Amino acid sequence: MELISPAGYAKRAVWAVQEYTLLSAQAIVNVFRQPRYVADTIQQADLIGVGSLPIVAMAGGFTGLVLALNYSPTLERFGVLTLTGQVVSLSMVRELGPVITSLMMAGRNATGMASEIGSMKVTEQIDAMRALGTDPTKKLVTPRVVATVVMLFFLTIISDLVGLFGGYIYSAAVLHLDSYQYWTSAYQTLTYNDVITGLIKPIFFGFIIATVGCYYGISTTGGTQGVGRSTTQAMVTSSVLILAVDAVLAQLLLLLRP
Amino acid sequence: MEPLENQPLDTIHKTIIFENVSLAFEDLVVLDGISFELKRGETKVLLGVSGSGKSTVLKLCLGLIKPDSGHIYVMGHDVTTMSEEELFDLRSHLGIVFQESALFDSLPVRENVAFRLMEEHLPEDEIEKRVREALSFVELEDAIDKLPSELSGGMRRRVGIARAIITHPEILLYDSPTGGLDPITSTTIIELIMKQRDVSKTSALLVSHRLQDGFMLASHYYDPATNHMQPVDGRPMRDVHTSFMMLRDGKVIFDGTAQQLGQVQDPYIREYIT
Repeated sequence: MELISPAGYAKRAVWAVQEYTLLSAQAIVNVFRQPRYVADTIQQADLIGVGSLPIVAMAGGFTGLVLALNYSPTLERFGVLTLTGQVVSLSMVRELGPVITSLMMAGRNATGMASEIGSMKVTEQIDAMRALGTDPTKKLVTPRVVATVVMLFFLTIISDLVGLFGGYIYSAAVLHLDSYQYWTSAYQTLTYNDVITGLIKPIFFGFIIATVGCYYGISTTGGTQGVGRSTTQAMVTSSVLILAVDAVLAQLLLLLRP
Repeated sequence: MEPLENQPLDTIHKTIIFENVSLAFEDLVVLDGISFELKRGETKVLLGVSGSGKSTVLKLCLGLIKPDSGHIYVMGHDVTTMSEEELFDLRSHLGIVFQESALFDSLPVRENVAFRLMEEHLPEDEIEKRVREALSFVELEDAIDKLPSELSGGMRRRVGIARAIITHPEILLYDSPTGGLDPITSTTIIELIMKQRDVSKTSALLVSHRLQDGFMLASHYYDPATNHMQPVDGRPMRDVHTSFMMLRDGKVIFDGTAQQLGQVQDPYIREYIT
């Protein structure tokens, strides 16, 4: 196994950050430049968005249910079991909806992008594309970034709603809470800041998922083993970045709270 | 695309010019100040052992990688100073056949061959006509709806040739087009390259490990009447415009005709060709 000196490691890390930043900037700039691959973007939206719908809905539903299940004993101890809807609603919309949905999408799509583009890289298909006069960042990266950002936004809304419904199922079936009470408490507790916070996060997370997946795909080297390595790195990096950016955004958006 | 101004280059007779080009990957020197020219209509066969930098020369011509020093002029344009955006325009005048074909594995043969035309948004019927024309040239019209995974190695190479010639490029670059193929399929591929050379008079750089490919190109011509190659023997007026260049340790150690290659006394070259 090749040993890397600390200086060599630092050099590689800085180089990787530089390349990732350049690719991300190029992906954004390409949105405003010709040619635009609308058909590719719609195809990716279908693969990324519609394809992820079942897992995102299931993850959201079970998260909402587990929230109700875990918080209900504590709420009952203080005699405020009726606030179950409020707890589920706030947790889902502000935090867990965007984060859980994004982590699911990272597992499914960042890895998919890294392995698909990585396979194209090691089989010289990316070089062939460049040789045929097509910019791979325009044809492969930008459609995936646009599709992921747009679809994650809507998938997060769906995840929030299914999560609320999961919490309601547990509240009604096990806690025997009144439906009207649950939904009223869930709805009335939400402020504009909560909703905006929950909808701004997926825009950032979607961008992270797509750019990280594409970056690792495009920088793949070393044959099929390299594709496997890129896929793993895409999953790990995008998940860690999502959690780190979530912490920063949560703090920033809390400051904007009236 | 107009050639650069103030460029004192003979772009009428020379399509590719390498001037003292060097390239190293970290400590590994791949090319060490090589210079050569490819004349218009000429086919130059690049010979050398694995790792001698043959495929790198092709990638440098396309601007897929940049040299550390030196200049590369392709149709009068210095690709070493051009941006990626400018290179996309220049590359539309070049065609390349990759070593392992590099077909887009999720697209059928039709869309692989038509890729460049579809990017240029040509009308559907025009694309269909030209795809069939290119596939008919490589005698693979029946495979139009197949996926690359359904094709044999030789068929994939032929689709690669069809994709490269569909825009009628002025220069063709072949990267080991017969590598890994059986002798009969290799001869079919060489015959197609010969057909392209003699029918379209395209300039070409051909990378190969197989000396017999080069000698076949240098000793045969394409006969449209029989749709097969014929030996040049006894037809002194027929010029097949084929030369050889050999690389060793990043340097050009031979650049000349088949006849000159046969007479060379360098022990390394003699060992290679025998």
